[in-house]
Amino acid sequence: MKKLILTFAALALGAGLAHAGSHSVIRMGTEGAYPPWNFLNDAGEVDGFERELGDELCRRAELTCEWVTNDWDSIIPNLVSGNYDTIIAGMSITAERDQVIDFTQNYSQPDPSAYLAMSDDIDVEGAVLAAQTNTIQAAFIAEMGWTLVEFATPEETIAAVKGGEADAVLADKSYLTPIEAEDADLVFLARSELIGGGVGMGIRESDTELKEKFNMAIQSMKDDGSLNALIEKWEIGEPF
Amino acid sequence: MACYLTTGKHFGFYWSFVTVLVLLAVTAPTALLFGFGGASAARSQFPPLRWFGTIYISIVRGVPDIAFFLFFVIALDQGFEFLRHQYLCPDWTDRIWQGNDFVVCSAAKLPLGSAPQWVHEVYGFFLAVLTFAIVFGAFAANVLHGAMQAVPRGQIETAEAYGMTRRQAFWHVLVPQMWIYALPGLSNLWMLLIKATPLLFLLGVEDIVYWARELGGTKQARFSDYPHGDWRLWYFLALLVFYLAFTRLSEVVLSRLTRRLSHGQATIGATA
Repeated sequence: MKKLILTFAALALGAGLAHAGSHSVIRMGTEGAYPPWNFLNDAGEVDGFERELGDELCRRAELTCEWVTNDWDSIIPNLVSGNYDTIIAGMSITAERDQVIDFTQNYSQPDPSAYLAMSDDIDVEGAVLAAQTNTIQAAFIAEMGWTLVEFATPEETIAAVKGGEADAVLADKSYLTPIEAEDADLVFLARSELIGGGVGMGIRESDTELKEKFNMAIQSMKDDGSLNALIEKWEIGEPF
Repeated sequence: MACYLTTGKHFGFYWSFVTVLVLLAVTAPTALLFGFGGASAARSQFPPLRWFGTIYISIVRGVPDIAFFLFFVIALDQGFEFLRHQYLCPDWTDRIWQGNDFVVCSAAKLPLGSAPQWVHEVYGFFLAVLTFAIVFGAFAANVLHGAMQAVPRGQIETAEAYGMTRRQAFWHVLVPQMWIYALPGLSNLWMLLIKATPLLFLLGVEDIVYWARELGGTKQARFSDYPHGDWRLWYFLALLVFYLAFTRLSEVVLSRLTRRLSHGQATIGATA
């Protein structure tokens, strides 16, 4: 076993020396399961609002970017340990997350969170509510002291409502809208919640240089209106 | 239909079957090796080695797999990068742990930030094999340790009476005979290993369960050429068939192996 480790270490060191290059490729971490923000298209590639946005930001910041998908649950730990360099996954800027990672300026307006249910006469205070783990919606329901069931993926929160495990699901309205449009069984409740401070890119706290580059690129897209065009195209919410 | 089943996404799904099978093919012998090492260490005459073996077996067996996969792997990865950092960037002045961040010089990143995606995937796969081998190695070590104890003491005594050294008795008498005692335990482990592969996604390796979930999930017409409702049941049903067929095949092979290994075997109370 010792030999194995030594051999591996030697190999690894050798590989490193062979092409010790600069930090030239930025790895963009996303979830790939949250349309229209980010999802895998039929070809299995990352697609959606954030794909287009990210590619444009990289072009403006003159960076070479590569897309990787990661489970939502472990998306922050894998960023801080350096497996990729940014999180661009519809992640709302919150004080709690800001303690662990840094955010760029927001590239979407605060999106109201909506309730989707099988009937529109549900009282959320006494209902069983579904939300994805580690989201602002889950935190909100828990804080209000309502009944919360958490799921690892957004898809499962919808399935829970359709299967009767939960009475309603609380999620970003931009995510729920296309689902509501195509499913006759599901309706929005009249009530919605304004939580979260808009969505930004997550970046390691030590990576200030990268954060500045993306901040400038986002600002330039805000200034020339191309960000609003993207927001409109993918129906993300209010423009800037 | 044919078009639907041949989208790029579906090829990702088919490819993940290969990934899982390769993972099993590589992990099983590696874990067995770890197990053999652990079991031999645990019965060593040399106390530190014995302690090492015992601690390895009891700690790893006591930690839940999912905790192991979430935290140990990140620690392992950082450990490798830390070593490379010390070696490659001796004049680095910044701290490596800055708050929550783990920052090593870019030459020490593993794989390098500039490496193509497939290198990252192979590296993730390698970490997966190593982690699976460590976890299942501990269980295998316990099984093998028990199997070594189960070989009748008389066999070793006879070997010693013939003038064999401890080492010779171990390799020529104990090891060949212990397999039959180890096999039921090891075959259990093999079955568990087959079913543990969905943990792969925690390491960023896209396995069959991940793809089944992704492909089966509801697709809206806006985001896909093939919109459909919640088809996860059908995809998981396909996985069920795959896993059942695979475990059945394993059972057949293992029972043949048992028959073969029990040939001419000295067991307690049996007239071999």
